[in-house]
Amino acid sequence: MTEDAHARIDSTVKGNDVVLFMKGTPLFPQCGFSSRAVAILEHLGVEYASVDVLQDQAVRQGIKEYSDWPTIPQLYVKGEFVGGSDIMMEMYESGELAQLMQDQGVTATQ
Amino acid sequence: MPMAADEIETMIRAAIPDAEVEITDLAGDGDHYAARVVAESFRGLSRLAQQRRVYEALGAHMGGTLHALQLTTAIPA
Repeated sequence: MTEDAHARIDSTVKGNDVVLFMKGTPLFPQCGFSSRAVAILEHLGVEYASVDVLQDQAVRQGIKEYSDWPTIPQLYVKGEFVGGSDIMMEMYESGELAQLMQDQGVTATQ
Repeated sequence: MPMAADEIETMIRAAIPDAEVEITDLAGDGDHYAARVVAESFRGLSRLAQQRRVYEALGAHMGGTLHALQLTTAIPA
């Protein structure tokens, strides 16, 4: 990974309470897994930043190395990697994701 | 090139010998799968760590030849 890509990813991850690296945008997700991740965050009603990895090849590759995780989407809360869409779904269904947001002081916008 | 379901299963079992693996071809196109992997050796690991073990088993296939894998991991009940 280039130093530049790492620096950009790192500042995005650390500069936002909740950030989703995804394919496409929340309005137009380009992949079913990203779409599901967006739906979960919308249901939780938390404010989040999103990064469309399709717009930046260096970030698309770099994010996989950053977290040592081979797939996208990837969710980060308060600088910590939480997981991909399957883990998000499991944690959403069990209430753990809402709890995590609450514990981390991420409040719902609604 | 897509991967065959039994190929995925074989790779997971090779890396996690105690795993019970159930593969579902979601779209019938040999390209979108769901895998449920249940292993006693997952005990004590976080969800993240459990899924990491499966991803490690699949190595470079993940995100390459294996385009879409919905993954669930669990400990035997």
